[in-house]
Amino acid sequence: MADETRRWTDQRVEEWIGALLRWGVTLAAAEVLFGACVYLARHGHEMPQYHVFVGEPSDLRTMSGIMKEVLAFRGRGLIQFGLLLLIATPVARVAFSVAAFAIQRDRLYVVVTLIVLAILTYSLAGGHL
Amino acid sequence: MNILEFTLLVWVAGLLAGFVGSLTGLGGGIIITPLLTLALGVDIRYAIGATLVSVIATSSGAAAAYVREGFSNIRIGMFLEIATTLGAVGGAVLATKISTGAISIVFGLVLMYSAYASSRPRHERVGDCRPNPLATRLKMNGSYPTPDGPKGYCPQGVPAGFSMMFGAGILSGLLGIGSGAVKVIAMDQAMGIPFKVSTTTSNFMIGVTAAASAGVYLSRGYIDPGLAMPVMLGVVAGSLVGARILTQAKTKWLRLVFGLVISIMAIEMIYHGLTGRL
Repeated sequence: MADETRRWTDQRVEEWIGALLRWGVTLAAAEVLFGACVYLARHGHEMPQYHVFVGEPSDLRTMSGIMKEVLAFRGRGLIQFGLLLLIATPVARVAFSVAAFAIQRDRLYVVVTLIVLAILTYSLAGGHL
Repeated sequence: MNILEFTLLVWVAGLLAGFVGSLTGLGGGIIITPLLTLALGVDIRYAIGATLVSVIATSSGAAAAYVREGFSNIRIGMFLEIATTLGAVGGAVLATKISTGAISIVFGLVLMYSAYASSRPRHERVGDCRPNPLATRLKMNGSYPTPDGPKGYCPQGVPAGFSMMFGAGILSGLLGIGSGAVKVIAMDQAMGIPFKVSTTTSNFMIGVTAAASAGVYLSRGYIDPGLAMPVMLGVVAGSLVGARILTQAKTKWLRLVFGLVISIMAIEMIYHGLTGRL
């Protein structure tokens, strides 16, 4: 009986996770596409320079910088925000799993998932060793 | 060539890579980077940053479908993600420290090995399974749907699988790929998990692994929106088309031809890395 309950909740959790991933990717792709239109309309006739690595300007490297670019309605900033949404999708999936395992009273996996979430947070904060 | 033309070209390259990646089971990520660097002359650091983002998109898209079908094992995935995310952060930091030539050589070797691994025949394990104590404590035993109803499995060799996953994470972070081939081998070979469960759980893990290195790449300025945009949109569209075709027959010849093309790309990557032309 206890096993039945667990299986049922597992299935529910899996459905939620599936929906979360699908919506995250769709939303991110739509935002990237929107940013692409703005970017290409304004800069489409300039020359691309990708054979020499210079790195992105600081505004496109941090979350606060990207938000600033979005508010200024810059094409590259809008695309970068979409990419940020995409990166956030698996992170949201992990965060959701913490709650799901907690509801199932699976303490072991709450800890496991929190470790994964901590590593992800560390990386998104810049991953400075 | 202006930005508009370049973007279209990269989009087509992404489409192609996504298509071939899903047909061969290699993933689009490992194919787009050689295309960008060898054919379009993009610096490998920009290529890796853009590719990594597309890896998250294809993995999450595919995982959404598999999770609902009940193939992937969320607990196995989550536990092994500790290893892959740790490795991925380490790999991404390593990528910012070693030369692009070295990255290119490692890339070529991994590409060649992945092509070889994906072309090997797949066998499903049969027979009874004895639950492994550690795997049981970690609640990894599960079942998956087969034509004859749900079939149980019990993973073995958790420490070996965990170590291999750490390696897969390092490669993923270093090269901006999903390293699905290594993940599948860790689960299928080292842990004795059924192939279908291994591939779908691997797919499920790739997004989280890639997100772990994406943070490092973003803050180091490797992710360029102008380049990542067509790569991502192209690879996602390409793998959707590839997944449709995959269900139809006659992929054997396609796989052989693409396997050859991929081997040539791998040799080119190694050659360019050795001669320092990347």
